[in-house]
Amino acid sequence: MNPLQASPKALYIHIPFCTNKCHYCDFTSYVLKGQPVDQYLDALEEEMKRTVAALPPQRIETVFVGGGTPTVLTPPQMERFLKSVFAHFPIAADAEFTMEANPGTTDIDKLQAMKAGGVNRISFGVQSFDNGLLERIGRIHNVDDVYRSLENARAVGFDNLSIDLMFGLPKQTLAQLADSVERAMALGLPHYSLYSLKVEENTLFHKLYERNELPLPAEEEEYEMFLLLMKKLKENGYRHYEISNFAKPGYESRHNSVYWRNEPYYGLGAGAHGYAKRERHVNLKGIQPYIEANKERLPRLEVYDIPESEAMEDFMMVGLRLLDGVRASRFEEQFPGRKLEDVFGPVIEKQLRDGLLERLERDGDFVYRLTERGVLLGNEVFGAFITAAV
Amino acid sequence: MTDVRDRQKKIRNFSIIAHIDHGKSTLADRILEYTGALSSREMQAQVLDQMDLERERGITIKLQAVRLTYRADDGEEYLLNLIDTPGHVDFTYEVSRSMAACEGALLVVDAAQGIEAQTLANVYLALDNNLEVLPVINKIDLPSAEPERVKQEIEDVIGLDASEAVHASAKAGIGIKEILEQVVTKIPPPNGDPDQPLKALIFDSHYDAYKGVIVYVRVVDGSIRAGKKIRFMATGAEFEVIEVGAFKPRMTIVDELSVGDVGFVVAGIKNVKDTRVGDTVTDAKRPAPEPLPGYRRINPMVYCGLYPIETQDYNDLREALEKLELNDASLRYEPESSTALGFGFRCGFLGLLHMEIIQERIEREFNIPLITTAPSVIYKVTLTNGEQHDIDNPSNYPESGRLDYVEEPYVKASIIVPNDYVGTIMELCQGKRGEFLNMEYLDTNRVTLSYDMPLSEIVYDFFDQLKSRTKGYASFDYELSGYRKSNLVKMDIMLNGEQVDALSVIVHRDRAYQRGRIICEKMKELIPRQMFEVPVQASIGTKVIARETVKAMRKNVLAKCYGGDISRKRKLLEKQKEGKKRMKQVGSVEVPQEAFMAVLKIDED
Repeated sequence: MNPLQASPKALYIHIPFCTNKCHYCDFTSYVLKGQPVDQYLDALEEEMKRTVAALPPQRIETVFVGGGTPTVLTPPQMERFLKSVFAHFPIAADAEFTMEANPGTTDIDKLQAMKAGGVNRISFGVQSFDNGLLERIGRIHNVDDVYRSLENARAVGFDNLSIDLMFGLPKQTLAQLADSVERAMALGLPHYSLYSLKVEENTLFHKLYERNELPLPAEEEEYEMFLLLMKKLKENGYRHYEISNFAKPGYESRHNSVYWRNEPYYGLGAGAHGYAKRERHVNLKGIQPYIEANKERLPRLEVYDIPESEAMEDFMMVGLRLLDGVRASRFEEQFPGRKLEDVFGPVIEKQLRDGLLERLERDGDFVYRLTERGVLLGNEVFGAFITAAV
Repeated sequence: MTDVRDRQKKIRNFSIIAHIDHGKSTLADRILEYTGALSSREMQAQVLDQMDLERERGITIKLQAVRLTYRADDGEEYLLNLIDTPGHVDFTYEVSRSMAACEGALLVVDAAQGIEAQTLANVYLALDNNLEVLPVINKIDLPSAEPERVKQEIEDVIGLDASEAVHASAKAGIGIKEILEQVVTKIPPPNGDPDQPLKALIFDSHYDAYKGVIVYVRVVDGSIRAGKKIRFMATGAEFEVIEVGAFKPRMTIVDELSVGDVGFVVAGIKNVKDTRVGDTVTDAKRPAPEPLPGYRRINPMVYCGLYPIETQDYNDLREALEKLELNDASLRYEPESSTALGFGFRCGFLGLLHMEIIQERIEREFNIPLITTAPSVIYKVTLTNGEQHDIDNPSNYPESGRLDYVEEPYVKASIIVPNDYVGTIMELCQGKRGEFLNMEYLDTNRVTLSYDMPLSEIVYDFFDQLKSRTKGYASFDYELSGYRKSNLVKMDIMLNGEQVDALSVIVHRDRAYQRGRIICEKMKELIPRQMFEVPVQASIGTKVIARETVKAMRKNVLAKCYGGDISRKRKLLEKQKEGKKRMKQVGSVEVPQEAFMAVLKIDED
C-alpha cells in the first residue's frame, strides 16, 4: 500500500510545559507554575480517543513524547499519561518509545515511572558541558545535573540514551565545543544529536540579534565547529546518518526517520503537528484553548491538504537530510505514476553538477544523496527543490 | 466683445511659490475653502468623490489649476485661477511654463525658517516671467516665528518690497482674506486681445483613458471652443476640439475659454508627446504669426538602464514604460541589451528624483522587480577621426586609443546653509571637483554658496552627503551651465573574472583608484557568499586597480525537524528561495539588485 495513504505507524505527543523558557526556544511551551497539568492530560486523552476514532491505527511502531519538557510531569502524572497512551494506541511490543528529558527534572522516581510506563529511549537536552554557556542560553541545569541524570537513567535500566548538544552558540569557542564533545564521547552513549543554533523569531535571542547584541560565531567558525563534530563522532565509531544525528549501528532514531522518509505520523497535544493521508494539521497552541476544544472536537488550529507537488518537494527536502539519501523507487511508491527524474530533472542535474548531490546505482534503483560538501550546504540543496516540482 | 473685455479685467491668474513644508498645500486648501470652492466638509468629500470617479472611469485628476470666484471688498466678483506648480529642481522647465501662465505669484515663506534655495530659484523664475510677487509670511503663530527677520531677508536677498507682506497662518486660517485682497488689487489682469488669432500656452497635460490627452492651457489671445480646429505650433499636429472646460475644482465643461482663462482642452489627442509643455495652441484656419516665447524642447539630463530581474518580464516592462509615457512627456526610453543583464531599456530622465519616481512606479504599480544601473550623465566625446558622439551609457564609451577628448556637463549649484556648515560644504564641493564661484550672506546666520560642478558628481551621492553633513539644514538647487573638457576614464568591474558591462562607470582619472577600491569593497559587502569564491576587480583598460574577494559559502544547513514541523522548515527554504529571486544571475554569480546602484551609495570618508 502507498505509505502516504496508510494509517500512521508513528505517534508524536507534545507536553507543552517547562520549568522556564530557554532563550533560543520558540516551541509551544509554557512555564509550568500554575498550569492545569492534570486537565491537560485529560484533554490529551480526549484527543487520543477522537484521533483513533477518526483514523484507526494499525500498529504503532514508534512513539515520541516531546516538549516542552515531558519530564516535568510528576511520577503519578507520568504513570497516568503513559497508561493512556497504551490504552488508546496499539503500541507494538518492539516499538521505539522515546521521551525527551531535561537533566535536573529526572530523579529516580520519575525515571522508574517512565520505565514502568513503557518508555525505552530517552533523549536528554544537555546542549553543552560548559556551565557558563548553559546559563547564557537560559538552561536551568548544570553539568553535574547531566552526569547525575544519566547515571540515574542507567541505574533504572535505560540503555538507549541520546543527548543533544548545540553549537554556534553566542560566544562559544571551538575549544569549548571540543571539550563538550570530548566529555560527551566519554559517556559512550549509542546516539548523539548535534544541532547548530538557529535564531528563531519570538525568542529572547531574536530580540538580542535584532539589537545586534548577540555575539554569534562567524560562518567560518561555525563551519569549523561542524567539521570538528563530524570528525570526532566518526573517530568514535558513530555513523553520521542524518545532518544533525549520529548513532552506533542499529541505534538510529526510528521515529525521526519517519519524518525524514516523508511518512505519516499522528501528532497530539497543544501545538503538535500531524501528517496523514496527505493532510497536515497544527493543533491549537494555548493550554486553555486546547483544553476547551477537546471537550467537543479535535483541537485543530489549522488543517490543510498537501498538493502532490508540495508533497513531492517535501519528500526531497526531508529525505535528503538522511545521508543514505533518497531512493527513486521509494519516491515512485509514494507518488504512483511519477518518476523522480521527470519531476525534478533540471534541479537534480544542477545539484549533481555543483557537486552537492551524487547519484548511485543500487540494484537497478537510483539513489541520490548529499556529497560531503552537500551536507555542509544542505539548505542550498533543499531550497532548490522548493516550488520546483513539475 | 465688451463682455469679454470686462470679464478679462476681473481675471487674476496666480501660483504659489514655497519651499517644501512651508505650507503651500495648506494655503491652497484654505483659499479653496475661503472662496467657497469647497467647504471644509467637502474638502474631505471631494477627495473621496475623486477617488470614486477615478475608480469608475479610470482617470486621474490632478488638482493642477483651479478656478475660483471671489467677491472682493470693492464689491466686484473676481475670477481667480490658482495654478499649481511642481516644486522640484528636476521640473524647473515645467515650473517656468506654469508661471508663464500667470500674472502673479504668492511667495510663501516660513516665518521661522526663512528662504530656502528652492524657493529662491522659483522666485527668480517668477521674476523672469515678469510676475507680480506677493510675499506671504506663513506660520506666524509658531512660537519661533520671526516675521520681521524673514521680511528683511526677503528684501535683502530677493530685493522685493516686503513691507506689505501678509502675516498668515494657513493652518490656523489667519490672513487668508488679506491674501485674496492683495491678489485682486496687486496682481494685474491678463493682457491679450480677444480679437487676435488664438494663442494659448500649454502648461501641463495628462492622459485620460476615455478622452485621450487632456491639455491644460492658458489663453493669451483669441478664444477656443468646441468644434474649432487647432494646431500645436511646435509639433505641427492638428486636432478638432471636442470640449473645453475649467477646473472648479472638478472638471467642468464650459462654452468657451477666452483671453486670460485657464482651463482644459480635449481634442481626441492620443499621445502626450504631441502636447509639449510650453508649446502654443493656435487656430489652424487662422494661425498666429508667432508662437508664444519660451518654448524649449526639454532633454533628459540623466540616463540609466532599467532591466527586469526576470527575463520574461521584458514585455511587461515595455508596456509599463508605454503607459507611463502617456502621462510623462519627458520620459525617454529605448531598448538596449547588456551582456550581464540581458534585454532592458535605456531611459532618460529630467533628474534623479524623476528617475526614482519612475523606478518606484514600475516596481509598485506594475509589480516588475527591476535592476537599475547607476545613472549616467551625457558625455560628449570627440574621436581622433573627428567624429562626435553623445554617450549616455558607459559601456559605449570609446576605447582610449580612439578618443581625442571628452566633455562633461557642468551645473551651477547654489547651496544655502547655516554659517556653521560652510566649512564642511566647501570641503564637500571641492571633493566633488567643484569650482568656487561665490559666497553671499543671506542674513547673519545663513549663506548661499555657488559652485560650478560636474553634474556627474551631483548624481554621485551628493544629496545624501549634503543632507548628512548639514543634518538636513542645507537646501540645494542647480541648473545646467554647459559642457567642459575633462580627464575621464571608463572603469570596468569584473566578477569572477567576467566583466559586467552594467557596472561600468565613467570617472575622473584622479579619482579612479579611490573609487575603484570603494566600489570593490561595497560589492564584497553586498554580494552574498556563493558556492565558490568570487573575485571582485575594478580595472581601467586592462589594468586592475582594485580587488576584493567574496568568500565561498561554507555552511548553510538547518538543524532538526522539531516534532515533525515540516511547514516551518519549508517556509524558511521558501524565504531563502524568494531572496534569490531578487538577485540577477550575472555569468556564474548571483548579484543582488542593490549592487548595481552600489557605485552611488558610497561614503568616501
